[in-house]
Amino acid sequence: MIRDLLAKLASVAIMMFARALTAARAIWHETGLPPKQSIYFANHSSHGDFILIWAVLPPWLRERARPVASAEYWLKSKLTSFIGRDVFDAVLIERDPAARTSDPVEQMATALDEGASLIVFPEGTRNQTEAKLLPFKSGLYHLARKRPDVALVPVWINNLNRVMPKGEFVPIPLICTINFGEPLRVEPDESKEDFITRAQGALLSLAPAQTDNDA
Amino acid sequence: MSTTTSDMVTLLLGVGGILLFASSVGYVLQRKLSPDGSNGAIENLNARIKAWWAMVFLIAIAFIAGRVGVLLLFAFCSFAALREFITLINTRRADHWAIAAAFFLALPINYYLLWAEEYGIYAIFIPVYAFLLMPIIAVLRGDTQNFLLRISEVQWALMICVFCASHVPALLTLQIPDYEGRNVLLIAFLVIVVQSSDVLQYIWGKLFGRTKIAPKLSPSKTVEGFAGGVASATLLGASLWWITPFTPLQAGLMSFIITMMGFFGGLVMSAIKRDRGVKDWGHLIEGHGGLIDRLDSVVFSAPIFFHLTRYWWSLT
Repeated sequence: MIRDLLAKLASVAIMMFARALTAARAIWHETGLPPKQSIYFANHSSHGDFILIWAVLPPWLRERARPVASAEYWLKSKLTSFIGRDVFDAVLIERDPAARTSDPVEQMATALDEGASLIVFPEGTRNQTEAKLLPFKSGLYHLARKRPDVALVPVWINNLNRVMPKGEFVPIPLICTINFGEPLRVEPDESKEDFITRAQGALLSLAPAQTDNDA
Repeated sequence: MSTTTSDMVTLLLGVGGILLFASSVGYVLQRKLSPDGSNGAIENLNARIKAWWAMVFLIAIAFIAGRVGVLLLFAFCSFAALREFITLINTRRADHWAIAAAFFLALPINYYLLWAEEYGIYAIFIPVYAFLLMPIIAVLRGDTQNFLLRISEVQWALMICVFCASHVPALLTLQIPDYEGRNVLLIAFLVIVVQSSDVLQYIWGKLFGRTKIAPKLSPSKTVEGFAGGVASATLLGASLWWITPFTPLQAGLMSFIITMMGFFGGLVMSAIKRDRGVKDWGHLIEGHGGLIDRLDSVVFSAPIFFHLTRYWWSLT
């Protein structure tokens, strides 16, 4: 009870902080808001990525959106596990295939069956390179095959990597935009490679044309 | 009720009346020309008027809250403007600490010094201390690529968004004989003249605008809008002499200078936007764009207005 209340307060505080820092603003696709249940897949450059997506979703979409995150990272300490589990209700997956006790795709499918939306980062890790996007892992494809009815919504997060680059601990305030693309689905006879290429292309097409900062 | 309070109430009623009139005109135009919301210009006009209500409301609250309220309002404006500015400039990883220092040290210290009425330090804090210390912070990271360009952009952002913008609340520190306790009306005078000049230029331009004045910088600005706007805002300013320490002629002259600085300031800020390939600085104010889109003319006119008033009227 108290834990729930604390979690609620923490989520409001984190959201207000994120908004004050970034004035986060969603740009929806011309077809309108994403479907009620969606798999949001986004570029990953910062730990704050899912917070921004979460913060700009309207309440009725936000309340069912659960980030998919690494159990190794979020179960490290009491505080991180409180934030990961209680505040954001993350679907925590084990990244190391050798030490795994449960199948991540299975976990995500279960969460979808319970009515949740998912926020996933198919690059698998934070992108620290000059490239705009790292090659996707195949999990997105397998999940899409398993639950073909759920819409996959590409989401490009712009500028957050400049707010807090890796290794810095003071964020700087910059305006971030979150660009939602047209929902896509896996075709019945689409190969894994074709689908991954298509999904990567859909996400990249949302990135701003030229980035003249090389931060 | 003191004369300052009653003058403030008169001003607010006047501004409220004008907004009420504007809202009614906007409503009629919308019913006649854009019942389905398809006329972009009219929808934008109404969004702008709505935002004006909110802005006037905020400023009024700040005035009622007094000195601290005004300082907090402009500190917030500086923060939001700096955030818009830094978003658009070229930065590298190595600038992280210099930019963090601009936001979390230079900005609060600048406003703290105003609050403490330390004018001597305030006037040189950003132009001298921040000017010299920021490149030092940045250079410690050892990244030389585009160094001068990068550091100049951050300096410029700080000067415009924090130092220049803070000259509006700095008007509160002036000590003008026979004008004690009325300084907040100087802010009202400056803001009303600058903003009405922008609005009147927009109206004159929409009604009679034919000849573009600076097509490369700002395609919507016209000679007719400029001349009509400056002339009518100057007259309006002269007619507000009773809230200032100036005579009507002096108030008119001040207004003329304010509107000219505001106009050219708007052109300068447009040039930056065009270069960066954006139409607006941000999206903070519905219908207007970013905060800098509304603040650009204030930023350029406030320091000049402050120093002219300080040189000729103030004891400090």
